[in-house]
Amino acid sequence: MKKKYSPAGMIVILLVIVLSTWTIFNGLNLGVVKIPDVRNGVVLGLDLVGGAEITYEADLEESDNVSAEELSSGMEAARTMLRQRLTTLGYTEAEVYLSGTDRIVVAIPNIEDPEEAVQMLGSTAEVTFEDADGNVILTGDDLTGASMAYGDVNNTGFNQYFVDVALSAEGQEKFTEATKEVASRTDGKNYISIMMDGEVISAPHVDAEYATTGINSEHVSITLGSNATQEYASQLAGLIASGQLPFSLTNIQMESVSATLGMDSLKTSIQAAIIGLILIILFMIAYYRVLGVASAISLIFFGVVFVDIISLSHMNLTLSGIAGIILTLGMAVDANVIIFERIKEELRAGRTIRVATDAGFKNAFSAILDSNVTTCIAACCLWWQGTGTIVGFAKTLLIGVLLSMFTMLIITRIILKTFANHQPKSLSAYGVKTGGAE
Amino acid sequence: MKDFTKSKFSFVQKFKIFGIISLILAGIGLGSFIATVFGASPFNFDTEFVGGVELNYSLGVDVDRSVTDNVDAIVNRVTGSHASSIQMTGGGQSVQIRTAELDSESRDALFEAIKAEYPNAESGETSYISDTVGDDLKAAAVKASLLAILLILIYITIRFELRSGLAAVITLCHDICVMMAFFVIFQLPVNMNFIAAALTILGYSINATIVIFDRIRENSKGISDQRVFADITDRSICQTMARSLNTSITTLIPIVLILVLGVPSIQNFAIALIVGIVSGTYSSICIAGPLWVNLRRLGGKKTAAKKAKA
Repeated sequence: MKKKYSPAGMIVILLVIVLSTWTIFNGLNLGVVKIPDVRNGVVLGLDLVGGAEITYEADLEESDNVSAEELSSGMEAARTMLRQRLTTLGYTEAEVYLSGTDRIVVAIPNIEDPEEAVQMLGSTAEVTFEDADGNVILTGDDLTGASMAYGDVNNTGFNQYFVDVALSAEGQEKFTEATKEVASRTDGKNYISIMMDGEVISAPHVDAEYATTGINSEHVSITLGSNATQEYASQLAGLIASGQLPFSLTNIQMESVSATLGMDSLKTSIQAAIIGLILIILFMIAYYRVLGVASAISLIFFGVVFVDIISLSHMNLTLSGIAGIILTLGMAVDANVIIFERIKEELRAGRTIRVATDAGFKNAFSAILDSNVTTCIAACCLWWQGTGTIVGFAKTLLIGVLLSMFTMLIITRIILKTFANHQPKSLSAYGVKTGGAE
Repeated sequence: MKDFTKSKFSFVQKFKIFGIISLILAGIGLGSFIATVFGASPFNFDTEFVGGVELNYSLGVDVDRSVTDNVDAIVNRVTGSHASSIQMTGGGQSVQIRTAELDSESRDALFEAIKAEYPNAESGETSYISDTVGDDLKAAAVKASLLAILLILIYITIRFELRSGLAAVITLCHDICVMMAFFVIFQLPVNMNFIAAALTILGYSINATIVIFDRIRENSKGISDQRVFADITDRSICQTMARSLNTSITTLIPIVLILVLGVPSIQNFAIALIVGIVSGTYSSICIAGPLWVNLRRLGGKKTAAKKAKA
C-alpha cells in the first residue's frame, strides 16, 4: 500500500485558523511582533467613523512672486499653525498633512460641527508680542520671517536651539523701545509674551542690561532654555512664521460624513463580507463537493489571516478599502476554481485522486501566476497614482491578491493531499459525473 | 451543468456578430469619453468633478414633491440661486441637495433656514469639492490606467506573444468602455468610486482572458497552422468555460450583496463593478480568443506577403 500523506499539515492549518480567529478578537503577543486585536489594530477611515476632511490650497494668484522655497517653508509653517489650532480646539486626534506642493489636508475624526471647524481653522493666525500688562508691542505685520537656529546665542559657552525672528524696519524701532521698557521694569515681570490666537507660546526674558539701550537688531533671538529640543524650536519658528505667510489659504474641498452614517456603512460592509463568504462557501461545496470543502477551509484561512495582517499593519481602512477586501474574497477562489477544473479533467481521464490532484496543481500554475501578476500590476499603478481612498483600496487589493495566491496554492494543496489519502468509491464526491460517455 | 467541452459552438466563426455587439456598446463608451475630452460630456459627473456642494439633511418629515419644492425655495432664498438637484434619499425622510459652490457661512445659513421650517432637521453628509481637484484626480486616473495597460501589454507579450497582448488589452479597453457606456445610458453619477471600479476591472477582467490564453498556449504547443489554431481556440474557450462562469459567480456574490445591503456611497461602486465583471466575462469568452485568432490571421497574411515579395 502507498504511503499516506501525513495529516500534520492539515492539523497545523486548522490550528492557525483557530489562533488567527482568536487573535482577531484578543490580539497576540509573539514577542518579536505584537498583533493587536482588530478594534485596536485597524484605523477606521473618516467615512466609517464620521468626521471631516478639509483641504486648503495656498492662494498664489493674490500674492505674486512666491518662490518655490518660500512656498515650501510657508506650507510647513501653515501646517504647524493648523496643528496648533486643532490642538487648541481640542481635536487632538486630527491629522494634518501636505498634499502636493500647495495643498494641506486636515482630517478630523468624530467631529460634530465641521462647518465651524472650517471657519475656525481657515482664519489667519494672529501673532503678537505683548508685555506683562498685555500691551501689544509687535504684530505679525512687523515680522518678516522666523526660523530655527542653533548656536551659542547668549555667550554661555554652550550651543542651544533658538528661534531667530527677522523684523521689519518699523518693527525694529518698536522692539527697541519696548525692550527698554520691559528690561527696566522693577516688578520682576521682565519678559515679553509671544502669543498666537491669544495663547502664550513662549515668554522669553529680557535681561536688565538692555534697560538703557533696548535691543536694536534686525534679528531677534528667542532663547528657549538650554535644554530646548530642535523639534520645539522649529515648531515655534513655524508658528511665528505662520503669522505672516506669503499667501493666504483657501478652503477648496470639504467632505464630511456623520458618525451614524459611518457606523451604518461599516456594519453593512461587514455584513456583506460575512454573508458573501458563507454564500461563496455554499456555492463551492455544492459545485465541487470534496474539493469545495478544501476551498472553504482555505477561504476561511484567507479571511482570518487577512484581517490579522490588516490589524498588524495598522492600515487605515476606508469604505473602498473594505470593498477591496470583499472583492478579493470572490477573486481568491478563482485560483481554486482553475485548479479544481483541472483536477476534474484529470479524474475524467481516469487518473487516481492522488495523481489528479498533483497534475491539477501543476497544470493550473501558469494561468494562476500570469493572471495574478497582471492584477498586481494594476493594483501597483493604482497605489502609485491614486489619492486617499483609492490608495487604501489598492493596498487591500494587493495584499489580498498575494495572500490568496499563497493560500490557494499552498494551503489548498495540503488539504487536498490529506483528503487524497482516501480514494472515494464514486467520483461524484469530487463533483465529477460518472456513468456518462467518458 | 452542461459539459461545454463537447459543444460544437464556434466562437471564432461567430466573431462578426459578437464583434458588432461589442463595437456598438464599447463605441458608445469610447465616443462619450472622446466627447468629454472635447468639452461636450454626456456623463452625469458627480459634484467632485464639476465643483459644487452636496448637502444631505434628514428633515424628520416624509419627503414628497411639495417638501422638495419648499426646500428648493429655501435654497433659492438663502443662496440666491436654485439647487441643481434635490432628491429624496434614505428612508424617505432625507433630502440630498446639490448646488453650485457655497461657502461655509452660506451652508450654515442654509441649514439654519431649513431648521426653522423643519425643526427636527439634522445635518448629514456634506461634500464640497472644487473642480480643480477633479481635474487632478482625473489626470491621475487616466495616467494610472494607461500605465497599467502598457505594463500588462508588456507582461503578456513576454509571457505569450505581441498579438495575444494586443488582443488582451483591446478586450480590457472594451470592458472599461462598456462600463462608461452603461453609466452614460443610465445617467448614473460618475465619481471617484467609478474610477476605482474601472481600475479594478482593469486588474480583474484580464484574469479571465489570461486563463483562456493560457489554455490556448498549452493546447497549441508546436502547432502553427492557422486553421487548426482557430479550432484550438474554440476548444480552449469551451474547456475553460466552467471556470469562467464559476469565478464570475463567486466574484459577483459579495458585490451583489454590497448593492443589496449597501449604503448609497458604495452602491454606485458596486453597480460599476457588476457591469465590469459581466462585461469581462462576456468579452473574455466571446471576444478575446477570436480576436487573437484574427490578429494572427492578419499577421499571417503580412508575413505571407513578405515571403511572396522575397
